[in-house]
Amino acid sequence: MIRLEKRPTPSRTWVAVTPVLAVLLTMIAGGLMFWALGKNPFEAIRTIFWDPLFNEQFAAYSRPQLLVKAGPLILIAIGLSLGFRAGIWNIGAEGQYIMGAIAGAAVGLYFYPEPGWHIFPLMVAAGLVGGMLWGLIPGLLKVWFGTNEILVSLLLVYVAESLLAAMAIGKMKNPDGGGFPGSRNFAKYEASANPELIAGTGMHLGVVTAFIAVIAAYVLLQRHMLGYNIRLTGQAPRAARFSGVSPAALVLICMGASGALAGMAGLFEVTGPGGQISIDFASGYGFTAVIVALLGRLNPIGILLAGLLLALTYIGGELAQFMLSLPKASIQAFQGMLLFFLLALDLLSNYRIRLARREVAR
Amino acid sequence: MIYGLVQPDAGQMVLRGAPYHPHRPSEARQKGVAMVFQHFSLFDALNVAENVALGMENPPPMGELAGQIRKVSSTYGLPLDPARLVGDLSAGERQRVEIVRCLLQDPKLLIMDEPTSVLTPQEVEILFRTLRQLSAEGTAILYISHKLEEIRSLCDTATILRRGKVVASCNPREKSARELAELMVGQILTPPARAEHTPGELRLEVSGLSVASPNPFGTSLKNISFQLRGGEVLGIAGVAGNGQDELLLALSGEITTQAGRVKIKGQPAGNLGPNERRALGLVSAPEERLGHAAAPDMSLSENALLSGNLRQGLSSGGFINWAKVETFAAEIIKAFDVRTPGTHVAARALSGGNLQKFVLGREILQNPDIIVVNQPTWGVDAAAAATIRQALLDLSAKGAAVVVISQDLDELLEVADSFAALNEGSLSALRPARGLSVDQIGLMMGGAHGLPETPALAPKPEEARL
Amino acid sequence: MNLSAIDFWILTASLIVASTPILLAGLGELVVERAGVLNLGVEGMMITGAIAGFATAVHSGSPLIGFAGGAAAGAAMSLIFAVLTQYLLANQMATGLALTLFGLGFSALVGQGYVGAKPPMMGKLDLGPLSDIPGFGVAFFRHDLMVYLSFAAVVAIWYFLSRTRAGLVLRAVGENHDAAHALGYKVVRIRILAIMFGGAMAGLGGAYLSLIRVPLWTEGMTSGAGWIAVALVVFASWKPGRLLLGAWIFGGITVLQLNLQVAGVQIPTEYLSMSPYLITILVLVVMSAMGGRKAKGAPGALGRSFHATH
Repeated sequence: MIRLEKRPTPSRTWVAVTPVLAVLLTMIAGGLMFWALGKNPFEAIRTIFWDPLFNEQFAAYSRPQLLVKAGPLILIAIGLSLGFRAGIWNIGAEGQYIMGAIAGAAVGLYFYPEPGWHIFPLMVAAGLVGGMLWGLIPGLLKVWFGTNEILVSLLLVYVAESLLAAMAIGKMKNPDGGGFPGSRNFAKYEASANPELIAGTGMHLGVVTAFIAVIAAYVLLQRHMLGYNIRLTGQAPRAARFSGVSPAALVLICMGASGALAGMAGLFEVTGPGGQISIDFASGYGFTAVIVALLGRLNPIGILLAGLLLALTYIGGELAQFMLSLPKASIQAFQGMLLFFLLALDLLSNYRIRLARREVAR
Repeated sequence: MIYGLVQPDAGQMVLRGAPYHPHRPSEARQKGVAMVFQHFSLFDALNVAENVALGMENPPPMGELAGQIRKVSSTYGLPLDPARLVGDLSAGERQRVEIVRCLLQDPKLLIMDEPTSVLTPQEVEILFRTLRQLSAEGTAILYISHKLEEIRSLCDTATILRRGKVVASCNPREKSARELAELMVGQILTPPARAEHTPGELRLEVSGLSVASPNPFGTSLKNISFQLRGGEVLGIAGVAGNGQDELLLALSGEITTQAGRVKIKGQPAGNLGPNERRALGLVSAPEERLGHAAAPDMSLSENALLSGNLRQGLSSGGFINWAKVETFAAEIIKAFDVRTPGTHVAARALSGGNLQKFVLGREILQNPDIIVVNQPTWGVDAAAAATIRQALLDLSAKGAAVVVISQDLDELLEVADSFAALNEGSLSALRPARGLSVDQIGLMMGGAHGLPETPALAPKPEEARL
Repeated sequence: MNLSAIDFWILTASLIVASTPILLAGLGELVVERAGVLNLGVEGMMITGAIAGFATAVHSGSPLIGFAGGAAAGAAMSLIFAVLTQYLLANQMATGLALTLFGLGFSALVGQGYVGAKPPMMGKLDLGPLSDIPGFGVAFFRHDLMVYLSFAAVVAIWYFLSRTRAGLVLRAVGENHDAAHALGYKVVRIRILAIMFGGAMAGLGGAYLSLIRVPLWTEGMTSGAGWIAVALVVFASWKPGRLLLGAWIFGGITVLQLNLQVAGVQIPTEYLSMSPYLITILVLVVMSAMGGRKAKGAPGALGRSFHATH
């Protein structure tokens, strides 16, 4: 018989090792899944994890894409991780990402076609505020009425998606677009563009912001009382109240901050790689970021690595779609699987597994 | 183990002449073994009848069961309404539910684990009458308790366990309580020294404090008033669940009220949070160590920061000075003899007594003007309990006002200058502790529990047997 | 704009059809939550049930076998959740979310070959004279078997929870798993059964979407129905009867906004299609604002992991 014994302190080794192990297990299980779909499992895994970075033929396009995709994932996940640590589950980052993009786009379109250095910062601020306000809706409802923030933030994603569609074919439609849905292209409007900073790297301001967020979150959690209060609230809510933390303030801070970061991610995307407000602008970064946050153990450095890894699966997935005609959705299934393995392996960091021996009578 | 929850490694049990090794509680119940738990195994949101049904092997339909509950509970002087929600019952009434559940199964052996820790002295009397009656009817009772007087008055034989081993077996009525205590603890105990003192200036004033409980099945505080001077120790007695937690929360600042309801050194503080009250000089230590007074998975140094940040100046501009935190944690460990490998250890790895010493040490070392503690020695071994009581007395000798909320009457009589009892959220008038008898205290604690005077059940001299 | 085209009885009939998927999924989740488990993977199990039900129905040619397939697939998905949360003690929220993400991806993967396929039709039950009652009969007695089964499930689950011993034990486990364990009940086993029941019901709900309500397979076709089902359980205060009411309100709004779109009301369709989600949020807010939070009937041990220490 197998018995579990709670460790007095979580094993540091296992906390670090489990994500790696989870990735390996996902590769094996994913390989089996592709095999079941009639593909060569080794080729599929290589196409997803190896070719985007090291295959001469694709790397020139794929490598910059790594930062392009990792930027928003990391930025959103850092925000989410603060809330998750405090036991506040903002699942609606996708909606906040969309609202940030819409709010920023609105400012950009207002100034179009004026030139001016002040336009882009204003757009970033609008994106931040847009995402923050959308995130504060579930936060305020939780504080005022005790409404479940998971459900509200999630339902607001569907509202934001409808709003996005309404904007793309309505208010924000490009008058010079020949009737096609979608706004003007911000990447081509100089005052609002968020271009690559160093050609061929994929590095744009959003990626820079993501890196800054990683460092800021690290300092916050290690050295600052707010970070301590966040950790304390997540681990022992009653002890946090005893310590003097106001749970309501913390909910608002976490929901607001994660919304703001997601909104900024949306803004950087719409002015850069995305280019315009269109019906298919939202590509699921907000949901994948949840996996990034958990895979990174809610630790800023971990999130950085996890963000790069999941960005790789995105690019690899596109490549596999193109090369092996694997369906696009297989990557989503793959990411879900990764989360399953991670959650399953978490057990090893919190519990010791003991075999057979019966418990001493109490 | 007897109840089938845990399997033995070795050895065997014999029940009524036949070998007995239950694999699960249902098997034990079938064989006529029933158990009343120390921490109640009850379901707050279910009613009395449903709770009883869950503890029975083959319960009759609900209507019939309700009738049986009424009958049995009145036969044994334990009145109960089967339709009430268990969450709304007092601690004493909840225990009745457990006992009635056992009785309905006509047990041959009744196991009771610390049944009186939640009862007033009067309720204990009723319980003992019931137990004597049962024993007279032929039920064997296994009574587990650390309260020696109870064992002496109730039991025929006593078996003393220390760290899982039988250390002695005796007839408790032939031994004195002190002899039994020494068998239990294994060392000679000395009561704490009490320094003489004169009361100082007014430190804590509470007037007309009424607070709704944050907990759906908690007890709301009703119009509580008292005053406390420096150097004074106020003991607040009461059976668990009569508003102790709520009183601590209202004093520590976790629950806020109108400003004037609580005054710290003359300053209105009812509307202030825990940190603002700490700044004014009031610190507190809640009852529940793991999860309330300390974060289980955080290290001792992180736990030192938990309430020590403000008064010890452990951070500046929001940035934490970890070196200072370490020093403070090490200081607590040293001053209070906390047995631990170091400050990096998680709170949950400490034993109850050690963690309690750490938690109280953390508050006491902040040199507060007022300290409020709830059940400071609950579940703590005798030696640690003595340390803690002495530390509280030392603090009061230095001029601090001390509020000790406790269920342990002996403890309160040992440390308190004045004395009051909490009952269903109301506080009795303060009385000087000196000269109070346990009976008087019992009346202060009990009165309003709605206990009818039970008919005399003619306790027989022949009592519980094993 | 032509609002007169909306016939009340036909509206009621389509309301019932629209509410059936979330009613089925919500009933399953209600039982799961009553056992103290919060499974946020309803959306994932529903969509898996939708594609599995669709595929089995297409291959077997029988919608009934399709429903069985949907239920089986939902239960299989929930088993992943059960193993992770009950044996491996994983966080229930994260696991539920993983289930949803995985389900959405997995169903799209499996469903590739079924886009555009036509499922076998499920006949309406002919209830003879009842179906011929003008108005009322149109609304209530011209439905398929699954609608009546879902009504029966409401009654059966109510009876199970409030009148049977097994239901009492299930509620006890959800209320206080430590006490239930102390009394000797198999907390983990009971919860796994409840989770699988919840998975099967979500699968049925998904299959109803793809086989009857739409009836087609498209990627991500549940579009939040699973989340709405979870919200409905809160709205219903964990009571089956009120869940039916909630499902009807939600179904009514969905149908009404669709009808308004068809009738050409001067509101862009995108705004109308937000309304079900906004109304659900509103309902959640009203529910949480009313009365004491915990006292409304949330199971005491909801969402907490259980690990027997002895």
